[in-house]
Amino acid sequence: MLEIKDLHVQVNGVPILNGLHLTVNPGEVHAIMGPNGSGKSTLAKVIAGHPEYEVTKGTIEYEVNFKKINLLEMEPDERAKEGVFLAFQYPVEIPGVNTAVFLRAAFNELCRHQGAEEMDPIEFDEFLRSKLTLLNMEEKVINRPVNVDFSGGEKKRNEILQMAVLNPRLAVLDETDSGLDIDALRIVAEGVNKLKRKDNAVILITHYQRILNYIVPDFVHILSNGRIVRSSGKELALEVEERGYDWL
Amino acid sequence: MTKTTQQDELTQREYKYGFVTDIETEQFPKGLNEEIIRLLSERKKEPAWMLEWRLKAYRHWTTMKEPHWANIHYDPIDYQAVTYYSAPKKGKDKAQSLEEVDQELLKTFERLGIPLSEQKRLTGVAVDAVFDSVSVATTHQSELAKLGIIFCSMSEAISHHPELVKKYMGSVVPYSDNFFATLNSAVFSDGSFCYIPKSVRCPLELSTYFRINAADSGQFERTLIVAEDDSYVSYLEGCTAPMRERNQLHAAVVELIALNNAEIKYSTVQNWYSGDKEGRGGIYNFVTKRGKCVGVNSKISWTQVEAGAAITWKYPSVILQGDHSVGKFYSVALTNNRMQADTGTKMIHIGKNTKSTIISKGISTDHSNNNYRGLVKILPSADGARNFSQCDSMLVGNNCSANTFPYIEVRNTTAVMEHEASTSKISAEQLFYLRSRGLDLEGAVSLIINGFCKEVFKELPLEFSVEAVRLLEMKLEGSVG
Repeated sequence: MLEIKDLHVQVNGVPILNGLHLTVNPGEVHAIMGPNGSGKSTLAKVIAGHPEYEVTKGTIEYEVNFKKINLLEMEPDERAKEGVFLAFQYPVEIPGVNTAVFLRAAFNELCRHQGAEEMDPIEFDEFLRSKLTLLNMEEKVINRPVNVDFSGGEKKRNEILQMAVLNPRLAVLDETDSGLDIDALRIVAEGVNKLKRKDNAVILITHYQRILNYIVPDFVHILSNGRIVRSSGKELALEVEERGYDWL
Repeated sequence: MTKTTQQDELTQREYKYGFVTDIETEQFPKGLNEEIIRLLSERKKEPAWMLEWRLKAYRHWTTMKEPHWANIHYDPIDYQAVTYYSAPKKGKDKAQSLEEVDQELLKTFERLGIPLSEQKRLTGVAVDAVFDSVSVATTHQSELAKLGIIFCSMSEAISHHPELVKKYMGSVVPYSDNFFATLNSAVFSDGSFCYIPKSVRCPLELSTYFRINAADSGQFERTLIVAEDDSYVSYLEGCTAPMRERNQLHAAVVELIALNNAEIKYSTVQNWYSGDKEGRGGIYNFVTKRGKCVGVNSKISWTQVEAGAAITWKYPSVILQGDHSVGKFYSVALTNNRMQADTGTKMIHIGKNTKSTIISKGISTDHSNNNYRGLVKILPSADGARNFSQCDSMLVGNNCSANTFPYIEVRNTTAVMEHEASTSKISAEQLFYLRSRGLDLEGAVSLIINGFCKEVFKELPLEFSVEAVRLLEMKLEGSVG
């Protein structure tokens, strides 16, 4: 569903990605690991369409209904409507905007795009509560402003709640595990597992092998200097855990 | 759509009320002197007492100096270069029915979204339409008259209800109040008058739509609302003007009087032309708005959405004289381009157990300058007075500024005061976050602005709150993103 070819990206004139290739098929989980500054978050932001990341070369093709579309030509909201989702490494606080109101607005935006019926606040409230139950989350987050005064763990869980509501085809999780204690990590990982289907895919960006005990990847890629330098099965993560990145 | 064409489109959409109505007008020569005032009073067939009042104000005005304490900057205003009266020529007297009103005027108001004709007019809202210096039509009058409610132009009020006008005009904002109010007292040309009799709950929203059309003319309207014991009225005003290169002066006065247990809700959606990107043109909006809670348990609330005008100088205030009276001020002030706003409120607590609430939301973008200035004054007589103030500013971009100037004077130890303030910024990261969830730029901005302003918007009558949101979105789109 996603095919990245020879991707070169720079930020403020500094090259970050230098010829990255990645192919993701429906039903797959890809873990992307790599040292600090290797370009992991840049890859996530570029897939989601962050305006500050300039693609200087390469393509990102995304398949929708057996049709390939050029993701790079689309606005971030258009990508989201086609099922691309980014769980942020640092979820942004939006004071004054109620989480439930925001989620309903986003959800209805997707409904409109898909020609499905929109939900009124009462229907949506019920739907949202079912997702909270699924993720074993407390109700209070949905009545608070988006991410404001949330703890680090609450913010990350809120990302997964959004993922559950928006039901993406391609979810990119950018270091969703960092800053989580072991219980929170398990809750988040279980949530992601519950949302996995045959027809959707996950790109999991992480520093640590830890989360891969819960979300088992089909492929592990090591990113270094803006390029994928090694791809293998889940055992590669264990090797990295043991030996670090230097040997690669 | 590429970013630049999107931007262009937004710029063009920015001020859709900028058109000029081509209509024959009667204009006084530019400048101000006693002759002009006599001519104005004569043209309006006013009684002698009104002329005397005007002249008294004018003479006082000549001794006054324009105030410069506000945090706004502009070239000196040449008061002799302003036209003080401009009115559509056709039918010098106000039309008795809509059929007599010039079609061009009806079309103008329709284009502004204020249809006046019987079939099209807004349900639930009675409108007084003011074009330059005169009121051209007032709808629903007979319906309201059945309840004893008087809703008419100020000119009509002066000739048909002189006892009420004499009793109340200047009772809240005296002719000598301040430079701009005094100027208004001398030259005010029209405006609206509302009188709600005892125990009547006005079933319609009353509203006045102010339109400036002529070039180089000033608009000086005066509004007076009196709510007798146990009555209720909700009133709304809207304002627009053509895009012109030179600045135009608007100096209005609004007086509200609430007697025992009466409630007046006054809402404003102000969208005067605010000038171009470089700050050329636009309306100078120097307005004095004040309400007096004369009676016990009376309530006055001001809700304003200030989104236009090159300069806004405006402090809708409440004098809480009656015991247990309540004053409220809800404000959203948005400035973009080179707009400057110095706006806020004054709450003067005189009566016992009086309560006031101030919620002010300032949004500044581009190179604009947005100031909140507010006074809360608790007099020795005001035992048990309470005030809650919350002043929030939102900055969009790095070239704008926001300031808060709260003044608090407490002369009674039983008073309880609370003040909260915050400053925040719409960041590119917030927008990206919302967009990555499927909201387009417009939707993302609207969500943030709605969230920021919701405490104020919920005070507006429903259809106007939708209008207000759209207005702010339109103003912001060019600046964000």
